[in-house]
Amino acid sequence: MTDERPTTLLAELTHRCPLHCPYCSNPLDLLRAEQEIGTEEWRRVFSQARQLGVLQLGLSGGEPMIRKDLEELAAHARGLGLYTTLVTSGLGLTRKRAEALRGAGLEHIQVSMQDADPETAERIAGVSSVKQKQAAMALVKELGFAFSINVVLHRANLDRIGEIIDLAAGYGADRLELANTQYYGWGLKNRAALMPTREQVLHARDVAQDRMLRYKGQMQITFVLPDYFEQLPKACYGGWGRYYIVVGPDGTALPCHGAYAIPSLTLPNVRQHSIDWIWHESGAFQAFRGDDWMKEPCRSCPRKAVDFGGCRCQAMALTGDAANTDPVCSLSPSRHLIDEAIQEHAGGDSYVYRQYATEPQGA
Amino acid sequence: MALTPDTVPHLWRLARLDFDPARQRPVLLYPEGAVLLNDTGQAILELVDGRRTVAEIAAELGARYQADVSTDVIEYLSRLAERELIQ
Repeated sequence: MTDERPTTLLAELTHRCPLHCPYCSNPLDLLRAEQEIGTEEWRRVFSQARQLGVLQLGLSGGEPMIRKDLEELAAHARGLGLYTTLVTSGLGLTRKRAEALRGAGLEHIQVSMQDADPETAERIAGVSSVKQKQAAMALVKELGFAFSINVVLHRANLDRIGEIIDLAAGYGADRLELANTQYYGWGLKNRAALMPTREQVLHARDVAQDRMLRYKGQMQITFVLPDYFEQLPKACYGGWGRYYIVVGPDGTALPCHGAYAIPSLTLPNVRQHSIDWIWHESGAFQAFRGDDWMKEPCRSCPRKAVDFGGCRCQAMALTGDAANTDPVCSLSPSRHLIDEAIQEHAGGDSYVYRQYATEPQGA
Repeated sequence: MALTPDTVPHLWRLARLDFDPARQRPVLLYPEGAVLLNDTGQAILELVDGRRTVAEIAAELGARYQADVSTDVIEYLSRLAERELIQ
């Protein structure tokens, strides 16, 4: 049990997406349209989440614009008082739909941008997309949404971080999230092709800090060093089962979007259980809550209430045991795995693109 | 932004005040974040309307509470200004 209430629900409405970015945060085993839960189920999930204390809702995917009921879901969320962010590639965000979303009370749209250089941007996305994204961003601005741009950073675009920031400011974004690639699922599969050099990362940080001052009061910029290049692990979502709930396209509920990869978890589903039960009672949400599950060096570590031993999914992916210390931590006996991975920047540039094992019709 | 008594503060365009029914607390919501407020915080932020100065907000609350709250008001708003929630 926990007395803490969740603050954030990430609703991954679909895994379908026109883009094929090699660092996609969706699981390797992508779900298809016929596996997705329906409008009524999502409405119920939002209502239950709000009742439990959720304040922030992310409508994400895949590409959430593919869901025809997006406007209805956004309206329901607004009616509940949730602060809702649409997380989109921009593809499918036509004027008609953008106006409908505005009418539904949607407050915030976050559009992804792959690079400042159109050619590289489309190589990363694996599809022609830059013109459509530009049109979508202009609409977001014109219609007065709170407007964020999100850029995933990696070896192929880090050196253009200054141009990326200037471009985002030119689009009129209120916020710019510069997110270094996280190596789970697709990102882990493509790690050698995405991994930057330390010099690239440190240079990018300096440029970002300089631009933060330049654009102060106009555009908020967030830039966090990638955890591989730190000595201490990140407190993943502020701790397991503390603030955050993810619900996937088929109604599977997870404490973080990478938790699919931890085989010992029995993940609950909103088709069978309420959000309240999932939060308070399900084994998956309790598995790494608090510190009873910790082993050394975490158990006796003074930072255990600060970083919670780091990321469970990263411990699982790299050490084979989700209860181990995140190998990013300099105290982890497996830190050498990270140091070796950082050397992978000499790897090739060809990506394994995100896609279904066999592409379904109409995806 | 350094706040002075003459500053006319306004909420960040992306933030809004709301009431959280689950926690029974006023809350300031903005993209990817939320600040749970106490009654004092709510009383201050409700007067942040882009028209009143910091001094006027403090005077109005001071009259309401029969006390000099000007230091409290400027400190509270400055903390939010550091996070760019007040501009």
